[in-house]
Amino acid sequence: MKIGILAIQGDFDAHRKRLEELGAETVLVKTASDLVGLDGLILPGGESTTHMKLLEEEGLLAPLVEQVRQGMAVFGTCAGAILLAREVKNPAQHSLSLVDMTVIRNAYGRQLDSCVTTASTTISDHPLEMVFIRAPVIERAGESVEVLARRDGDPVLVRQGRILAATFHPELSSDPAVHAYFLKMVRNGH
Amino acid sequence: MPEELTFSTDPQWRVKVGLAEMLKGGVIMDVTNAEQATIAEKAGACAVMALERVPADIRKEGGVARMASPKIIREIMDAVTIPVMAKVRIGHFAEAQVLEALEVDFIDESEVLTPADEENHVWKHPFKVPFVCGARNLGEALRRITEGAAMIRTKGEAGSGNIVEAVRHMRAIVGEMRRLTQLGEEELISAAKELGAPYDLVRWVARNGKLPVPNFSAGGIATPADAALVVQLGAEAVFVGSGIFKSSDPDRRARAIVKATTHAKDPKAVLEASEELGEAMKGLDIRQLDEKELLQTRGW
Repeated sequence: MKIGILAIQGDFDAHRKRLEELGAETVLVKTASDLVGLDGLILPGGESTTHMKLLEEEGLLAPLVEQVRQGMAVFGTCAGAILLAREVKNPAQHSLSLVDMTVIRNAYGRQLDSCVTTASTTISDHPLEMVFIRAPVIERAGESVEVLARRDGDPVLVRQGRILAATFHPELSSDPAVHAYFLKMVRNGH
Repeated sequence: MPEELTFSTDPQWRVKVGLAEMLKGGVIMDVTNAEQATIAEKAGACAVMALERVPADIRKEGGVARMASPKIIREIMDAVTIPVMAKVRIGHFAEAQVLEALEVDFIDESEVLTPADEENHVWKHPFKVPFVCGARNLGEALRRITEGAAMIRTKGEAGSGNIVEAVRHMRAIVGEMRRLTQLGEEELISAAKELGAPYDLVRWVARNGKLPVPNFSAGGIATPADAALVVQLGAEAVFVGSGIFKSSDPDRRARAIVKATTHAKDPKAVLEASEELGEAMKGLDIRQLDEKELLQTRGW
């Protein structure tokens, strides 16, 4: 199983380590040719404005969206979740528009409001530890979007078909549950 | 499984280092007003450093260099959505308290400003806002981490437009870490003494071959190739100070350095980034500077 990690900027190396601990083969994706032959793709944390700009400039945007439409599984964390959203607010910005949800950037505040917390989830029988860093909030999740975990009522882990999105950073937690869930999603093909 | 450091499981520490992790692979740009901050953000900066004067001007104009005025920092915070950093003088914990009250995202305890304490740095653990500190060698880096720095950057020689000191410092830090990994258990206590750093941190580095916080580069980066150089030497991200807004075409140079940082190991991409850039900042030969003109010797 070959999983790509978008490596334009951000905490892609934390994802790589986690995936390798779970036995997946990883590829750092910097150009369109790196996308060939992937079973799944991770959009890591970092700055969504930086990611979006370089995706557009490097000609990665169109092939990436095309591969997802053809069934490649995708998992976005924090900035990655912002990229996946249909609509982005605070401020409005371009996105890949792949998940029917509206996301508000930096909705909890600045770095002072970053935190580690726990919440229950439907993907695991134990509560998930969640690391939020200048995190976005999912203001609206469409009917086709399944909510897998919430923080104070707001969705923080969601799935739409073969796409998974977290507003927190499972790659910075010692709990591998979310990555394991994603790899199962990739393996099962649905 | 490497042994955990005593502070590495603390939630506040983890979100501080977490933000530093998010900045990896990116470029943090010095800006002096909202307009420059917007140019930096549009060019792909992953964060900006809010300043009253860039290091090249501090060097030229002299006088005491202090924390930027809150008004300038606030205008920059209002202008962009990416993280905003600001500098405090070495040891000036009250300036740091002011920046925390202002809610900046990262504080740089910086040798670029005039030191406020010639013996002690800020004790950074009690702050909720993460700190970055400069270092010229591994001992300095580990002392700053002990005090609570969540990110280390090379000092280089700020405002010089000359990469030589950043290279020296990155090679020193990486080389000293490599050496530690080859030492026997019984040699580590003596290595800690030589480095002037706590034993538990020295042992952690010896076992892991890297710093327990992200390791970035700063001080003299002026061209896309400079960025590609320090990244290949081990920098996980770069700070560009005077190099962008002291060049003839800041917007284009900012974009080029971002591209070269992402694709540091791809010479064709760095070549593309290097073309049609206009004039780089002029730069200084470090050997022509007096000892007392060096900024890197500040900090202890």
